[in-house]
Amino acid sequence: MGIWGALTGRTQPKQANLDSLFLVPSAAVALQTTIGFTPTGDGSVCYRAATGVAFDSVQSEVVELLRSTADTPEIRVSTDGFGYSWIEIDREPGADVEGLCTGLHAVNTSLESQGFGPGLLCTVIGFADASDRRLGLVYLYKQGTFYPFAPKGPEQRDNMLEIQARDVLSGELPIEQDLSRWLAVWGAPGL
Amino acid sequence: MARSRFVGDAGLTARMTLVMFLLGAVFVGLIVGLMYAFRGSGIAILIGVGGIGFAVYQWYNSDKVAMKAMRAREVTPEEAPELHGMIDRLCALADMPKPRVGIADTAVPNAFATGRSPERSVVCVTTGILQTLTAEELEGVLAHELSHVAHRDVLVMTVAASAGITAGMLAQGAQYGAFFGGGRRDNNGGLPVWLVVLIVSIVTYAVSFVLLRILSRYRELSADRAGAHLTLNPGALASALQKISGDMSKIPQKDLRQVSAASALCIAPALKGSDISSLFATHPPLEKRLEQLAKIQAELGRPTI
Repeated sequence: MGIWGALTGRTQPKQANLDSLFLVPSAAVALQTTIGFTPTGDGSVCYRAATGVAFDSVQSEVVELLRSTADTPEIRVSTDGFGYSWIEIDREPGADVEGLCTGLHAVNTSLESQGFGPGLLCTVIGFADASDRRLGLVYLYKQGTFYPFAPKGPEQRDNMLEIQARDVLSGELPIEQDLSRWLAVWGAPGL
Repeated sequence: MARSRFVGDAGLTARMTLVMFLLGAVFVGLIVGLMYAFRGSGIAILIGVGGIGFAVYQWYNSDKVAMKAMRAREVTPEEAPELHGMIDRLCALADMPKPRVGIADTAVPNAFATGRSPERSVVCVTTGILQTLTAEELEGVLAHELSHVAHRDVLVMTVAASAGITAGMLAQGAQYGAFFGGGRRDNNGGLPVWLVVLIVSIVTYAVSFVLLRILSRYRELSADRAGAHLTLNPGALASALQKISGDMSKIPQKDLRQVSAASALCIAPALKGSDISSLFATHPPLEKRLEQLAKIQAELGRPTI
């Protein structure tokens, strides 16, 4: 595709990169040992809901699938102020991150196999420390990179913590280098 | 392998490629014609280079020129958090660099994107469109504009227009008799050089004008398609287009003339060519755009197997 696709006005939707999610468990260990943040057991996937019945049926299938897994996590579907949908997987605090990542991956692959992969925006995995500071590890599907997001009060970010987390994670995960891509996902479920 | 719900249009691509090829042929024809008319005189080459230079200048400064023509100003994320948030998310979805964001203070509901490259582009909306559209519809419009950026439409249209610009400059030069002393020899006693140049230039200009308008319409359809696939919501763009086109024709002519300079870059044409045939329109008719969006919507909604 590339330049020729652009010049003939035929750019196709960018497909999501799903593989890097399984790097999260080892990164979670690094976060815990270095700065004391542990997984809250919450994770969510953010995507554009396509119009039409096809998407609705895929979405309800995914929710059914998640609810039927062995440890029956709590599943919530919501829509944010920008019109993006979130599927939240809420497991017991301290539950293993691998299980959470498997659940999130199930959402991704179901959407992708039905042709809705281009609608995936990001996934957020929640962390918290002893003093209840929150940290979200955000994965951008299209860029295939991670960045930390630390909300602090209403519409404020704890940039110090984010930079600190970035330095911890940079050995473990592909980190988004372009700081303007570090979307503020206010009110992301599970944060 | 994941299946794709992308709706291609091989016919559109073929027609667009043909039009771009024809525009290239017109340009080559103009150069060859001039070289024949002047046979070695430097002045035509000079004007030709001047015309191309002017086109390059227009392209290079397109963001500033268009922003100025629409009296738009750049806004920061603090001034327009909603708009920036929307564009941030769309750019993350499309994996493209974020353009600058501008707002033009005019009641005409419109939006445009310009700039010499995706890295140096600006997406601008009017206050009119912010008031008219819902958030969902505005997002559809922004996705359309971002597709123009991704398709490098300013570059494509400037290159396509360079033959017309050069021919226009030559025609003016010929009218003022710039070539009386320029060509030392006449055409073997045939037509005087300036008349040949005038005729060649006018014909080139007319042909490339029509071709440019056709190309512009094709590229609008491409941007509609890419935009609809980005938001996965063709219906929102469709209802935005209906709202804008309806409002445009209601607004008095006087306001509209002020924005005509940037018309080709806008989401919907600011000037309504009421009785000029659709041949000269920069934008495809509304029905055609809605028809394409409906097709995309049908594909997105096609039940899963």
